[in-house]
Amino acid sequence: MASTRDQTRLIYRQSIFTRLTHWVWAVALFFLLLSGLQVWNAHPALYIGQQSGFEFDNAILQIGAENTLAGPRGYTTVFGNKFDTTGLLGMSGSATQPDYVGFPGWATIPSYRDLGTGRVVHFFFAWVLVAALAVWLVASLFNRHLWRDIILKPRDLRDLPRDIADHIRFRFHHRRAYSPLQKLAYFVVFIILFPLIILTGLTMSPGMDAAWPWLLDLFGGRQTARTLHFVAMMGLTLFFVVHVIMAVLAGPINELRSMITGYYRVGPDAAPEDVK
Amino acid sequence: MSNLILNRRRLLGLGAVSASSLVLAGCDQFDFLGQRDHPARDFLEQANELTYRVQRAIIGDTVLAREYAETEIRQGQRPNGSIDPAETNSEYAALRASNFANYRLKVTGLVEQEKSYSLAELMNMPNRTQITRHDCVEGWSCIAKWSGTPLGPLLNASRLKPGAKYIVFHCYDAMGGGLSAPEPYYTSCDRIDAYHPQTILAYGLNNAALPVANGAPIRVRIERTLGYKQPKYVHTIEAVDNFTSTGRGKGGYWEDHGYDWYGGI
Repeated sequence: MASTRDQTRLIYRQSIFTRLTHWVWAVALFFLLLSGLQVWNAHPALYIGQQSGFEFDNAILQIGAENTLAGPRGYTTVFGNKFDTTGLLGMSGSATQPDYVGFPGWATIPSYRDLGTGRVVHFFFAWVLVAALAVWLVASLFNRHLWRDIILKPRDLRDLPRDIADHIRFRFHHRRAYSPLQKLAYFVVFIILFPLIILTGLTMSPGMDAAWPWLLDLFGGRQTARTLHFVAMMGLTLFFVVHVIMAVLAGPINELRSMITGYYRVGPDAAPEDVK
Repeated sequence: MSNLILNRRRLLGLGAVSASSLVLAGCDQFDFLGQRDHPARDFLEQANELTYRVQRAIIGDTVLAREYAETEIRQGQRPNGSIDPAETNSEYAALRASNFANYRLKVTGLVEQEKSYSLAELMNMPNRTQITRHDCVEGWSCIAKWSGTPLGPLLNASRLKPGAKYIVFHCYDAMGGGLSAPEPYYTSCDRIDAYHPQTILAYGLNNAALPVANGAPIRVRIERTLGYKQPKYVHTIEAVDNFTSTGRGKGGYWEDHGYDWYGGI
Protein backbone atom coordinates (compact mmCIF):
# COMPACT_ATOMS: atom_id res chain seq x y z
CA MET A 1 0.00 0.00 0.00
CA ALA A 2 2.82 2.36 0.92
CA SER A 3 4.60 1.65 -2.33
CA THR A 4 1.59 2.47 -4.49
CA ARG A 5 0.93 5.60 -2.49
CA ASP A 6 4.50 6.69 -3.20
CA GLN A 7 3.68 6.74 -6.88
CA THR A 8 0.60 8.90 -6.38
CA ARG A 9 0.24 12.48 -5.29
CA LEU A 10 -2.47 14.85 -4.18
CA ILE A 11 -3.23 17.67 -6.55
CA TYR A 12 -5.61 20.61 -6.17
CA ARG A 13 -8.39 19.75 -8.60
CA GLN A 14 -11.69 21.41 -7.61
CA SER A 15 -12.03 25.12 -6.89
CA ILE A 16 -14.05 26.36 -3.93
CA PHE A 17 -16.80 27.48 -6.33
CA THR A 18 -17.07 24.05 -7.93
CA ARG A 19 -17.21 22.37 -4.53
CA LEU A 20 -19.69 24.78 -2.95
CA THR A 21 -22.11 24.77 -5.86
CA HIS A 22 -21.84 20.98 -6.12
CA TRP A 23 -23.20 20.49 -2.60
CA VAL A 24 -25.74 23.29 -2.90
CA TRP A 25 -27.09 21.56 -6.00
CA ALA A 26 -27.07 18.17 -4.26
CA VAL A 27 -29.40 19.57 -1.58
CA ALA A 28 -31.49 21.71 -3.98
CA LEU A 29 -32.04 18.91 -6.50
CA PHE A 30 -33.08 16.54 -3.71
CA PHE A 31 -35.81 18.95 -2.60
CA LEU A 32 -36.71 19.92 -6.17
CA LEU A 33 -37.23 16.29 -7.19
CA LEU A 34 -39.38 15.34 -4.21
CA SER A 35 -41.43 18.56 -4.14
CA GLY A 36 -41.72 18.36 -7.94
CA LEU A 37 -43.28 14.90 -7.72
CA GLN A 38 -45.71 16.35 -5.16
CA VAL A 39 -46.66 19.15 -7.58
CA TRP A 40 -46.96 16.68 -10.45
CA ASN A 41 -49.24 14.39 -8.41
CA ALA A 42 -51.90 17.15 -8.53
CA HIS A 43 -52.44 16.19 -12.18
CA PRO A 44 -50.52 13.00 -12.96
CA ALA A 45 -50.57 13.18 -16.74
CA LEU A 46 -48.32 14.57 -19.49
CA TYR A 47 -49.46 16.06 -22.81
CA ILE A 48 -48.05 17.34 -26.10
CA GLY A 49 -49.20 20.79 -27.23
CA GLN A 50 -50.58 24.03 -25.81
CA GLN A 51 -53.33 22.49 -23.72
CA SER A 52 -54.41 19.29 -21.97
CA GLY A 53 -56.82 17.15 -23.95
CA PHE A 54 -59.94 16.34 -21.96
CA GLU A 55 -62.20 15.97 -24.99
CA PHE A 56 -59.41 14.85 -27.32
CA ASP A 57 -56.33 12.75 -26.70
CA ASN A 58 -52.87 14.31 -26.63
CA ALA A 59 -51.65 12.57 -23.47
CA ILE A 60 -48.45 10.54 -23.62
CA LEU A 61 -48.40 9.52 -19.96
CA GLN A 62 -51.20 9.01 -17.48
CA ILE A 63 -51.16 7.55 -13.99
CA GLY A 64 -54.33 6.59 -12.18
CA ALA A 65 -56.24 3.93 -10.29
CA GLU A 66 -59.19 1.83 -11.41
CA ASN A 67 -61.57 -0.62 -9.83
CA THR A 68 -61.21 -4.16 -11.12
CA LEU A 69 -62.87 -7.46 -10.19
CA ALA A 70 -59.80 -8.09 -8.02
CA GLY A 71 -60.18 -4.71 -6.27
CA PRO A 72 -58.56 -1.36 -7.06
CA ARG A 73 -55.31 -1.35 -9.04
CA GLY A 74 -52.82 1.35 -10.00
CA TYR A 75 -52.16 1.88 -13.70
CA THR A 76 -49.62 3.77 -15.77
CA THR A 77 -50.30 4.40 -19.45
CA VAL A 78 -47.27 5.35 -21.57
CA PHE A 79 -47.80 6.12 -25.28
CA GLY A 80 -51.01 4.08 -25.19
CA ASN A 81 -49.47 1.06 -23.47
CA LYS A 82 -51.09 0.34 -20.13
CA PHE A 83 -49.07 -1.19 -17.29
CA ASP A 84 -50.21 -2.39 -13.87
CA THR A 85 -48.03 -0.40 -11.46
CA THR A 86 -49.88 -1.17 -8.22
CA GLY A 87 -47.62 -0.57 -5.22
CA LEU A 88 -45.57 2.13 -6.92
CA LEU A 89 -47.55 4.36 -9.30
CA GLY A 90 -51.26 5.14 -9.11
CA MET A 91 -51.86 3.08 -6.01
CA SER A 92 -49.41 2.64 -3.15
CA GLY A 93 -49.34 2.55 0.63
CA SER A 94 -50.38 -0.47 2.68
CA ALA A 95 -53.08 -3.01 1.83
CA THR A 96 -55.32 -1.70 4.63
CA GLN A 97 -54.65 1.97 3.88
CA PRO A 98 -53.99 2.37 0.17
CA ASP A 99 -53.04 5.77 -1.25
CA TYR A 100 -54.42 6.61 -4.68
CA VAL A 101 -51.67 8.97 -5.83
CA GLY A 102 -49.35 9.19 -8.82
CA PHE A 103 -45.99 8.90 -7.09
CA PRO A 104 -46.01 7.28 -3.63
CA GLY A 105 -45.73 9.29 -0.39
CA TRP A 106 -42.15 8.22 0.26
CA ALA A 107 -41.11 9.99 -2.96
CA THR A 108 -42.83 13.33 -2.26
CA ILE A 109 -42.47 16.33 0.04
CA PRO A 110 -44.69 16.48 2.01
CA SER A 111 -45.42 12.73 2.18
CA TYR A 112 -49.18 13.48 2.09
CA ARG A 113 -50.97 15.40 -0.65
CA ASP A 114 -50.29 19.12 -0.28
CA LEU A 115 -49.82 20.96 -3.55
CA GLY A 116 -49.47 24.36 -1.85
CA THR A 117 -46.54 23.23 0.28
CA GLY A 118 -44.98 21.37 -2.64
CA ARG A 119 -45.01 24.61 -4.62
CA VAL A 120 -43.46 26.60 -1.74
CA VAL A 121 -40.59 24.11 -1.44
CA HIS A 122 -40.18 23.74 -5.22
CA PHE A 123 -39.96 27.47 -5.98
CA PHE A 124 -37.58 28.15 -3.08
CA PHE A 125 -35.10 25.55 -4.25
CA ALA A 126 -35.59 26.57 -7.88
CA TRP A 127 -34.18 29.97 -6.88
CA VAL A 128 -31.33 28.20 -5.03
CA LEU A 129 -30.55 26.14 -8.15
CA VAL A 130 -30.50 29.20 -10.40
CA ALA A 131 -28.46 31.29 -7.93
CA ALA A 132 -25.85 28.51 -7.64
CA LEU A 133 -25.78 28.18 -11.42
CA ALA A 134 -25.10 31.91 -11.78
CA VAL A 135 -22.22 31.74 -9.27
CA TRP A 136 -20.83 28.62 -10.91
CA LEU A 137 -21.09 30.07 -14.41
CA VAL A 138 -19.20 33.26 -13.54
CA ALA A 139 -16.52 31.37 -11.58
CA SER A 140 -16.18 28.64 -14.21
CA LEU A 141 -15.73 31.18 -16.98
CA PHE A 142 -12.95 32.90 -15.04
CA ASN A 143 -11.13 29.80 -13.74
CA ARG A 144 -11.58 27.99 -17.06
CA HIS A 145 -13.43 25.05 -15.43
CA LEU A 146 -16.16 25.41 -18.04
CA TRP A 147 -13.81 25.40 -21.04
CA ARG A 148 -11.33 22.86 -19.67
CA ASP A 149 -13.67 20.30 -18.08
CA ILE A 150 -17.19 20.73 -19.47
CA ILE A 151 -17.07 21.82 -23.10
CA LEU A 152 -16.53 18.82 -25.38
CA LYS A 153 -13.67 19.22 -27.87
CA PRO A 154 -13.02 17.23 -31.06
CA ARG A 155 -10.27 15.39 -29.22
CA ASP A 156 -12.74 14.20 -26.55
CA LEU A 157 -15.02 12.79 -29.23
CA ARG A 158 -12.07 11.05 -30.85
CA ASP A 159 -11.05 9.47 -27.52
CA LEU A 160 -14.61 8.58 -26.59
CA PRO A 161 -14.65 4.97 -27.92
CA ARG A 162 -11.49 4.07 -26.01
CA ASP A 163 -12.85 5.69 -22.85
CA ILE A 164 -16.08 3.69 -23.17
CA ALA A 165 -14.02 0.51 -23.60
CA ASP A 166 -12.03 1.41 -20.47
CA HIS A 167 -15.19 2.07 -18.46
CA ILE A 168 -16.70 -1.26 -19.53
CA ARG A 169 -13.59 -2.97 -18.12
CA PHE A 170 -13.76 -0.78 -14.99
CA ARG A 171 -10.39 0.73 -15.86
CA PHE A 172 -10.57 4.23 -14.43
CA HIS A 173 -7.74 6.68 -14.95
CA HIS A 174 -7.06 9.08 -12.11
CA ARG A 175 -5.77 12.19 -13.79
CA ARG A 176 -6.21 15.89 -13.45
CA ALA A 177 -8.23 16.05 -16.65
CA TYR A 178 -11.76 14.69 -16.95
CA SER A 179 -12.17 11.67 -19.20
CA PRO A 180 -14.30 12.09 -22.36
CA LEU A 181 -17.25 10.26 -20.79
CA GLN A 182 -17.05 12.45 -17.70
CA LYS A 183 -17.00 15.56 -19.86
CA LEU A 184 -19.92 14.25 -21.86
CA ALA A 185 -21.95 13.63 -18.69
CA TYR A 186 -21.29 17.12 -17.29
CA PHE A 187 -21.79 18.68 -20.72
CA VAL A 188 -25.26 17.11 -20.90
CA VAL A 189 -26.10 18.32 -17.39
CA PHE A 190 -24.82 21.90 -17.70
CA ILE A 191 -25.39 22.68 -21.36
CA ILE A 192 -28.59 20.69 -21.97
CA LEU A 193 -30.46 19.53 -18.85
CA PHE A 194 -30.04 22.56 -16.55
CA PRO A 195 -31.06 25.13 -19.21
CA LEU A 196 -33.87 22.83 -20.36
CA ILE A 197 -35.33 22.26 -16.91
CA ILE A 198 -35.10 25.98 -15.98
CA LEU A 199 -36.63 27.27 -19.23
CA THR A 200 -39.40 24.65 -19.33
CA GLY A 201 -40.14 25.51 -15.69
CA LEU A 202 -40.47 29.17 -16.63
CA THR A 203 -42.72 28.22 -19.58
CA MET A 204 -45.23 26.82 -17.10
CA SER A 205 -45.55 30.30 -15.55
CA PRO A 206 -48.39 32.26 -17.21
CA GLY A 207 -46.61 35.45 -16.15
CA MET A 208 -43.37 34.48 -17.89
CA ASP A 209 -45.28 33.37 -20.99
CA ALA A 210 -46.58 36.94 -21.29
CA ALA A 211 -43.08 38.40 -20.81
CA TRP A 212 -41.27 35.91 -23.02
CA PRO A 213 -43.81 34.43 -25.46
CA TRP A 214 -40.95 32.85 -27.43
CA LEU A 215 -40.79 30.28 -24.64
CA LEU A 216 -44.10 28.85 -25.86
CA ASP A 217 -42.82 28.69 -29.44
CA LEU A 218 -39.44 27.25 -28.45
CA PHE A 219 -41.00 24.27 -26.67
CA GLY A 220 -44.18 23.92 -28.70
CA GLY A 221 -46.67 24.92 -26.03
CA ARG A 222 -47.05 24.99 -22.26
CA GLN A 223 -48.04 21.35 -21.95
CA THR A 224 -45.12 20.17 -24.09
CA ALA A 225 -42.86 22.29 -21.88
CA ARG A 226 -44.34 20.56 -18.83
CA THR A 227 -43.60 17.18 -20.45
CA LEU A 228 -40.02 18.24 -21.27
CA HIS A 229 -39.61 19.46 -17.67
CA PHE A 230 -40.51 15.92 -16.58
CA VAL A 231 -38.12 14.37 -19.13
CA ALA A 232 -35.30 16.66 -17.95
CA MET A 233 -36.08 15.55 -14.38
CA MET A 234 -35.68 11.93 -15.44
CA GLY A 235 -32.40 12.82 -17.15
CA LEU A 236 -31.04 14.50 -14.01
CA THR A 237 -32.21 11.58 -11.86
CA LEU A 238 -30.44 9.14 -14.19
CA PHE A 239 -27.33 11.32 -14.03
CA PHE A 240 -27.48 11.28 -10.21
CA VAL A 241 -27.65 7.47 -10.10
CA VAL A 242 -24.77 7.03 -12.57
CA HIS A 243 -22.79 9.81 -10.87
CA VAL A 244 -22.97 8.12 -7.46
CA ILE A 245 -22.22 4.65 -8.88
CA MET A 246 -19.20 6.02 -10.74
CA ALA A 247 -17.93 7.84 -7.64
CA VAL A 248 -18.17 4.60 -5.66
CA LEU A 249 -16.49 2.52 -8.38
CA ALA A 250 -13.74 5.08 -8.99
CA GLY A 251 -12.89 5.32 -5.30
CA PRO A 252 -15.35 7.11 -3.05
CA ILE A 253 -12.75 8.46 -0.60
CA ASN A 254 -10.70 10.12 -3.32
CA GLU A 255 -13.75 11.43 -5.15
CA LEU A 256 -15.40 12.76 -1.99
CA ARG A 257 -12.15 14.30 -0.78
CA SER A 258 -11.74 16.18 -4.02
CA MET A 259 -15.28 17.51 -3.80
CA ILE A 260 -14.84 18.56 -0.14
CA THR A 261 -11.22 19.69 0.21
CA GLY A 262 -10.47 20.14 -3.48
CA TYR A 263 -7.52 17.69 -3.36
CA TYR A 264 -7.57 14.64 -5.59
CA ARG A 265 -5.09 11.78 -5.65
CA VAL A 266 -3.75 11.18 -9.11
CA GLY A 267 -1.67 8.13 -9.60
CA PRO A 268 -0.22 5.46 -11.80
CA ASP A 269 -3.06 4.16 -13.88
CA ALA A 270 -4.50 0.85 -12.81
CA ALA A 271 -2.84 0.90 -9.42
CA PRO A 272 -4.75 -1.68 -7.34
CA GLU A 273 -5.91 0.92 -4.85
CA ASP A 274 -7.29 3.22 -7.51
CA VAL A 275 -9.10 0.64 -9.57
CA LYS A 276 -11.79 -0.79 -7.37
CA MET B 1 -0.27 11.51 8.33
CA SER B 2 -1.94 8.09 8.25
CA ASN B 3 -3.86 9.04 11.38
CA LEU B 4 -5.11 12.14 9.69
CA ILE B 5 -6.20 10.17 6.63
CA LEU B 6 -8.02 7.62 8.76
CA ASN B 7 -9.84 10.37 10.60
CA ARG B 8 -10.76 12.02 7.39
CA ARG B 9 -11.96 8.70 6.00
CA ARG B 10 -14.05 8.08 9.07
CA LEU B 11 -15.51 11.55 8.79
CA LEU B 12 -16.35 11.10 5.13
CA GLY B 13 -17.83 7.68 5.85
CA LEU B 14 -20.02 9.08 8.60
CA GLY B 15 -21.17 11.83 6.29
CA ALA B 16 -22.10 9.35 3.59
CA VAL B 17 -23.98 7.13 6.04
CA SER B 18 -25.97 10.00 7.50
CA ALA B 19 -26.76 11.33 4.03
CA SER B 20 -28.04 7.99 2.83
CA SER B 21 -30.15 7.48 5.97
CA LEU B 22 -31.79 10.81 5.20
CA VAL B 23 -32.86 9.45 1.84
CA LEU B 24 -33.79 5.96 3.00
CA ALA B 25 -35.96 7.15 5.87
CA GLY B 26 -38.40 8.64 3.41
CA CYS B 27 -39.66 12.14 3.30
CA ASP B 28 -42.21 12.34 6.06
CA GLN B 29 -39.42 13.99 8.06
CA PHE B 30 -40.02 17.09 5.94
CA ASP B 31 -43.77 17.09 6.64
CA PHE B 32 -43.24 19.94 9.13
CA LEU B 33 -42.92 22.19 6.09
CA GLY B 34 -46.65 21.68 5.63
CA GLN B 35 -47.35 23.48 8.94
CA ARG B 36 -48.57 26.90 7.88
CA ASP B 37 -46.89 28.81 10.74
CA HIS B 38 -43.60 26.87 10.95
CA PRO B 39 -40.57 29.23 10.87
CA ALA B 40 -38.86 27.08 8.21
CA ARG B 41 -41.92 27.39 6.00
CA ASP B 42 -42.06 31.15 6.57
CA PHE B 43 -38.45 31.28 5.39
CA LEU B 44 -39.12 29.23 2.25
CA GLU B 45 -42.21 31.34 1.47
CA GLN B 46 -39.99 34.40 1.06
CA ALA B 47 -39.08 32.94 -2.33
CA ASN B 48 -42.68 33.64 -3.41
CA GLU B 49 -42.22 37.34 -2.63
CA LEU B 50 -38.97 37.27 -4.63
CA THR B 51 -40.76 35.64 -7.57
CA TYR B 52 -43.49 38.29 -7.46
CA ARG B 53 -41.02 41.19 -7.40
CA VAL B 54 -38.80 39.74 -10.12
CA GLN B 55 -41.73 38.93 -12.41
CA ARG B 56 -43.19 42.41 -11.89
CA ALA B 57 -39.78 43.83 -12.88
CA ILE B 58 -39.43 41.59 -15.96
CA ILE B 59 -43.01 41.62 -17.24
CA GLY B 60 -44.27 44.90 -18.62
CA ASP B 61 -47.38 46.03 -16.72
CA THR B 62 -49.58 45.98 -19.83
CA VAL B 63 -47.90 43.11 -21.74
CA LEU B 64 -50.60 40.74 -22.95
CA ALA B 65 -50.91 37.03 -22.36
CA ARG B 66 -50.86 35.08 -25.63
CA GLU B 67 -54.14 35.04 -27.51
CA TYR B 68 -54.91 32.02 -29.66
CA ALA B 69 -56.75 31.36 -32.92
CA GLU B 70 -60.32 30.02 -33.06
CA THR B 71 -58.91 26.70 -34.28
CA GLU B 72 -57.14 26.25 -30.94
CA ILE B 73 -60.51 25.94 -29.16
CA ARG B 74 -60.71 22.16 -29.26
CA GLN B 75 -62.87 21.43 -26.22
CA GLY B 76 -65.16 22.98 -23.63
CA GLN B 77 -63.65 24.91 -20.74
CA ARG B 78 -62.97 22.36 -18.02
CA PRO B 79 -64.76 23.35 -14.79
CA ASN B 80 -62.84 22.95 -11.53
CA GLY B 81 -63.37 23.82 -7.87
CA SER B 82 -66.96 24.89 -7.19
CA ILE B 83 -69.32 24.01 -10.00
CA ASP B 84 -72.67 24.91 -8.42
CA PRO B 85 -72.88 27.45 -5.54
CA ALA B 86 -76.66 26.94 -5.38
CA GLU B 87 -76.03 23.77 -3.35
CA THR B 88 -74.79 25.82 -0.39
CA ASN B 89 -76.01 29.35 -1.09
CA SER B 90 -79.76 30.03 -1.28
CA GLU B 91 -79.20 33.64 -2.38
CA TYR B 92 -77.29 32.37 -5.39
CA ALA B 93 -79.94 29.72 -6.03
CA ALA B 94 -82.62 32.44 -6.19
CA LEU B 95 -80.54 34.61 -8.52
CA ARG B 96 -79.91 31.67 -10.77
CA ALA B 97 -83.60 30.75 -10.82
CA SER B 98 -84.35 34.22 -12.25
CA ASN B 99 -81.50 33.92 -14.75
CA PHE B 100 -79.53 36.52 -12.77
CA ALA B 101 -82.06 39.28 -13.54
CA ASN B 102 -81.68 40.55 -9.93
CA TYR B 103 -77.89 40.13 -9.81
CA ARG B 104 -75.90 43.21 -8.72
CA LEU B 105 -72.12 43.47 -8.87
CA LYS B 106 -70.99 45.81 -6.09
CA VAL B 107 -67.82 47.94 -6.11
CA THR B 108 -66.92 48.91 -2.53
CA GLY B 109 -64.04 49.55 -0.13
CA LEU B 110 -61.46 52.28 -0.61
CA VAL B 111 -63.34 54.07 -3.41
CA GLU B 112 -64.71 57.58 -3.62
CA GLN B 113 -68.07 56.31 -4.86
CA GLU B 114 -69.56 52.89 -4.24
CA LYS B 115 -71.47 51.54 -7.20
CA SER B 116 -73.37 48.47 -8.26
CA TYR B 117 -74.18 47.07 -11.67
CA SER B 118 -76.76 44.69 -13.05
CA LEU B 119 -75.68 41.99 -15.48
CA ALA B 120 -77.46 43.87 -18.31
CA GLU B 121 -75.51 47.03 -17.48
CA LEU B 122 -72.22 45.15 -17.52
CA MET B 123 -73.10 43.59 -20.87
CA ASN B 124 -73.80 47.05 -22.30
CA MET B 125 -70.34 48.29 -21.35
CA PRO B 126 -67.37 48.09 -23.75
CA ASN B 127 -66.66 44.46 -24.59
CA ARG B 128 -63.40 42.61 -24.89
CA THR B 129 -63.25 39.09 -26.28
CA GLN B 130 -60.09 37.02 -26.03
CA ILE B 131 -59.06 33.45 -26.74
CA THR B 132 -56.64 32.57 -24.00
CA ARG B 133 -55.09 29.61 -22.23
CA HIS B 134 -56.35 28.82 -18.76
CA ASP B 135 -53.58 27.32 -16.61
CA CYS B 136 -54.69 25.46 -13.50
CA VAL B 137 -52.36 25.28 -10.51
CA GLU B 138 -52.76 21.51 -10.77
CA GLY B 139 -50.82 21.60 -14.02
CA TRP B 140 -53.37 21.31 -16.84
CA SER B 141 -54.25 23.92 -19.48
CA CYS B 142 -57.38 24.61 -21.51
CA ILE B 143 -57.93 27.16 -24.31
CA ALA B 144 -61.26 29.01 -24.49
CA LYS B 145 -62.85 32.24 -25.70
CA TRP B 146 -63.79 34.63 -22.92
CA SER B 147 -66.01 37.66 -23.40
CA GLY B 148 -66.61 40.44 -20.89
CA THR B 149 -66.03 44.05 -19.92
CA PRO B 150 -62.64 45.34 -18.77
CA LEU B 151 -62.32 45.85 -15.01
CA GLY B 152 -60.20 49.01 -15.16
CA PRO B 153 -62.95 51.43 -16.30
CA LEU B 154 -65.26 50.14 -13.54
CA LEU B 155 -62.60 50.89 -10.94
CA ASN B 156 -62.11 54.34 -12.47
CA ALA B 157 -65.87 54.98 -12.34
CA SER B 158 -65.72 54.44 -8.58
CA ARG B 159 -62.37 56.31 -8.30
CA LEU B 160 -59.91 54.27 -6.20
CA LYS B 161 -58.54 56.06 -3.15
CA PRO B 162 -54.73 56.41 -3.04
CA GLY B 163 -54.45 53.75 -0.32
CA ALA B 164 -56.20 51.12 -2.42
CA LYS B 165 -53.31 48.75 -3.11
CA TYR B 166 -55.28 45.60 -3.80
CA ILE B 167 -58.57 44.55 -5.33
CA VAL B 168 -60.43 41.75 -3.51
CA PHE B 169 -63.06 39.64 -5.30
CA HIS B 170 -65.78 38.14 -3.10
CA CYS B 171 -67.70 35.14 -4.46
CA TYR B 172 -70.97 33.29 -3.90
CA ASP B 173 -69.36 29.86 -3.69
CA ALA B 174 -67.85 28.32 -0.56
CA MET B 175 -65.03 25.85 -0.30
CA GLY B 176 -64.14 23.23 2.27
CA GLY B 177 -66.90 21.86 4.42
CA GLY B 178 -66.75 18.36 5.84
CA LEU B 179 -65.26 18.70 9.31
CA SER B 180 -64.59 22.43 8.98
CA ALA B 181 -67.18 25.09 8.22
CA PRO B 182 -67.36 26.08 4.55
CA GLU B 183 -65.35 29.21 3.76
CA PRO B 184 -66.54 31.73 1.16
CA TYR B 185 -64.26 31.83 -1.87
CA TYR B 186 -62.34 35.01 -2.43
CA THR B 187 -59.07 36.08 -3.98
CA SER B 188 -57.28 39.31 -4.82
CA CYS B 189 -54.81 40.99 -7.14
CA ASP B 190 -52.65 44.10 -7.22
CA ARG B 191 -53.58 47.24 -9.17
CA ILE B 192 -51.35 46.21 -12.07
CA ASP B 193 -53.32 43.03 -12.70
CA ALA B 194 -56.61 44.80 -11.98
CA TYR B 195 -55.91 47.42 -14.68
CA HIS B 196 -54.35 44.94 -17.15
CA PRO B 197 -56.06 45.26 -20.57
CA GLN B 198 -57.00 41.56 -20.58
CA THR B 199 -58.49 41.64 -17.08
CA ILE B 200 -62.20 41.37 -17.79
CA LEU B 201 -65.41 40.60 -15.94
CA ALA B 202 -66.39 37.70 -18.18
CA TYR B 203 -70.04 36.86 -18.85
CA GLY B 204 -69.49 34.88 -22.07
CA LEU B 205 -67.61 31.67 -22.79
CA ASN B 206 -67.06 30.16 -26.24
CA ASN B 207 -69.81 32.27 -27.90
CA ALA B 208 -72.44 31.43 -25.26
CA ALA B 209 -73.55 32.78 -21.89
CA LEU B 210 -71.09 31.85 -19.15
CA PRO B 211 -72.32 28.49 -17.72
CA VAL B 212 -72.86 28.05 -13.99
CA ALA B 213 -70.05 25.48 -13.80
CA ASN B 214 -67.64 28.12 -15.13
CA GLY B 215 -68.72 30.96 -12.84
CA ALA B 216 -72.00 32.54 -13.97
CA PRO B 217 -72.94 35.29 -13.98
CA ILE B 218 -69.45 36.89 -13.68
CA ARG B 219 -66.00 35.36 -13.64
CA VAL B 220 -62.90 37.54 -13.45
CA ARG B 221 -60.22 36.72 -16.01
CA ILE B 222 -56.69 37.70 -14.99
CA GLU B 223 -54.87 36.07 -17.85
CA ARG B 224 -51.30 36.21 -16.57
CA THR B 225 -52.12 34.19 -13.47
CA LEU B 226 -53.21 30.66 -12.57
CA GLY B 227 -56.86 29.63 -12.37
CA TYR B 228 -57.26 30.09 -8.60
CA LYS B 229 -56.52 33.81 -9.10
CA GLN B 230 -59.48 34.09 -11.52
CA PRO B 231 -62.54 33.90 -9.26
CA LYS B 232 -65.96 32.64 -10.34
CA TYR B 233 -69.43 33.74 -9.09
CA VAL B 234 -68.14 37.22 -8.12
CA HIS B 235 -70.65 39.47 -6.30
CA THR B 236 -68.43 42.16 -4.76
CA ILE B 237 -65.26 43.94 -5.81
CA GLU B 238 -63.55 45.57 -2.85
CA ALA B 239 -60.58 47.93 -2.90
CA VAL B 240 -58.36 47.47 0.19
CA ASP B 241 -54.96 48.44 1.53
CA ASN B 242 -54.38 45.10 3.30
CA PHE B 243 -56.00 41.68 3.71
CA THR B 244 -56.48 41.47 7.48
CA SER B 245 -60.25 41.94 7.42
CA THR B 246 -61.09 39.08 5.05
CA GLY B 247 -60.86 35.33 5.60
CA ARG B 248 -57.66 34.36 7.37
CA GLY B 249 -55.83 37.40 6.09
CA LYS B 250 -53.71 36.01 3.25
CA GLY B 251 -55.69 37.58 0.40
CA GLY B 252 -57.67 34.58 -0.80
CA TYR B 253 -59.21 31.22 0.00
CA TRP B 254 -56.33 29.17 -1.46
CA GLU B 255 -53.84 31.74 -0.20
CA ASP B 256 -55.25 31.13 3.30
CA HIS B 257 -54.56 27.45 2.69
CA GLY B 258 -50.89 27.71 1.86
CA TYR B 259 -50.86 28.77 -1.80
CA ASP B 260 -48.83 31.75 -2.98
CA TRP B 261 -50.70 35.02 -3.33
CA TYR B 262 -49.17 36.18 -6.63
CA GLY B 263 -50.13 33.08 -8.60
CA GLY B 264 -48.28 34.09 -11.77
CA ILE B 265 -46.13 30.97 -11.67
